[in-house]
Amino acid sequence: MTAAASGTELFQYLLRLGDTSLVLGHRLSEWCGHGPALEEDLALANIALDLIGQARLLLQYAGTVEGIGRSEDDLAYLRDGRDYRNLLLVEQPNGHYGDTIARQFLFDAFAVELWADLTRSSDAHIAAVAGKAIKEHQYHWRHSSGWMIRLGDGTDDSHARMQAALEQLWPYTGEMLTPDDVDEAMRAARIGPDLAAIEPRWNARVGAVLTESTLTRPDDGWMQRGGKTGRHSEHLGHLLAEMQSVHRAYPGATW
Amino acid sequence: MRDVATETRLEQRVWRLLEEVKDPEIPVLSVVDLGIARDVRVHDGQVEVVITPTYSGCPAMDTITRDIERALFAEGLVDARVTTQLAPAWTTDWLSDTGREKLAEYGVAPPERGSHDKRALLGAVPSLACPRCGSSHTERLSEFGSTACKALYRCLDCLEPFDYFKCV
Repeated sequence: MTAAASGTELFQYLLRLGDTSLVLGHRLSEWCGHGPALEEDLALANIALDLIGQARLLLQYAGTVEGIGRSEDDLAYLRDGRDYRNLLLVEQPNGHYGDTIARQFLFDAFAVELWADLTRSSDAHIAAVAGKAIKEHQYHWRHSSGWMIRLGDGTDDSHARMQAALEQLWPYTGEMLTPDDVDEAMRAARIGPDLAAIEPRWNARVGAVLTESTLTRPDDGWMQRGGKTGRHSEHLGHLLAEMQSVHRAYPGATW
Repeated sequence: MRDVATETRLEQRVWRLLEEVKDPEIPVLSVVDLGIARDVRVHDGQVEVVITPTYSGCPAMDTITRDIERALFAEGLVDARVTTQLAPAWTTDWLSDTGREKLAEYGVAPPERGSHDKRALLGAVPSLACPRCGSSHTERLSEFGSTACKALYRCLDCLEPFDYFKCV
């Protein structure tokens, strides 16, 4: 590793990647058994599984980098909301199916660009995780963008609901694309991508699908931020309370 | 002194044992057919089997690791260990020819060849033959199926749904 990035910054960066995958994976798993159609139930469960698998690989590595013996389970189940580093976008509630699809679409457009760049990371472990993750995200992106088009260019009702979902979620997109000190340190060490270079690619992807969906791109107004440094919306606490309850009630339980 | 001939014989024996370890989700395929077993190494009489996951979250990997250990332990290779390697990332191109035939017989359409060209990843819909009646008059229902590695298709002639082992 180059001198530009310290172990602490790498640990923080791995938490961002891992927590984002974990929280979104958990959100999608909430649909299991409640999907609007069997195929969609299966699709979201599959996508959740990919994301949780990625989270495991990333949090295992984060534990190694941190070097005080925390396992993936310690990191996932024994940290409180303030210690989570996921993007605010992915902790937003599922809402109706169109809300979930819009959230996934905005994230997937970012994830395919991010993970493509991470396949070239100077960190061999991140590059190896990325080699698998990028193939999975391409499937996810096709799924969410396909549904954006079907629902956006669907009935008057589905169109109106998708436009409202976009407006609601748009303020959470800025955080993904705006680098802070940790992102800059990762870029300088060639571990992470240049977010400024990802932004136009994200805009192009999103713009093309929105046009086909007959939806209007919301204006870039004031953007929410804080997830990457541990300041979250109230929704994360509820999610963690459910996700962590069994592990905290029965520490070390196995079956 | 290192005995190369003995090590080679041991490696070959381990590969034969691995051919008996089946995927828990698709029990007609062995870990060798699937290309999950990447390497067998022998150091000082100790066996190491290197495996790679198909998908990041494939829940079968833990079971596969235990099944390999059990198969080797049962043959007296009690020091054997299984290690996981992520790179290079698994691809459906590693599925053996025997594996592809077994999949088709099992009722799962095998993946198109040459996923390296990324056509499948970019969304080109493959035209598949129905594994039941052979008709190529089929349609995709969903890119996600009963396990991470499969997609859902339907035959428009015999009207049966079927799984496709999708390209990655």
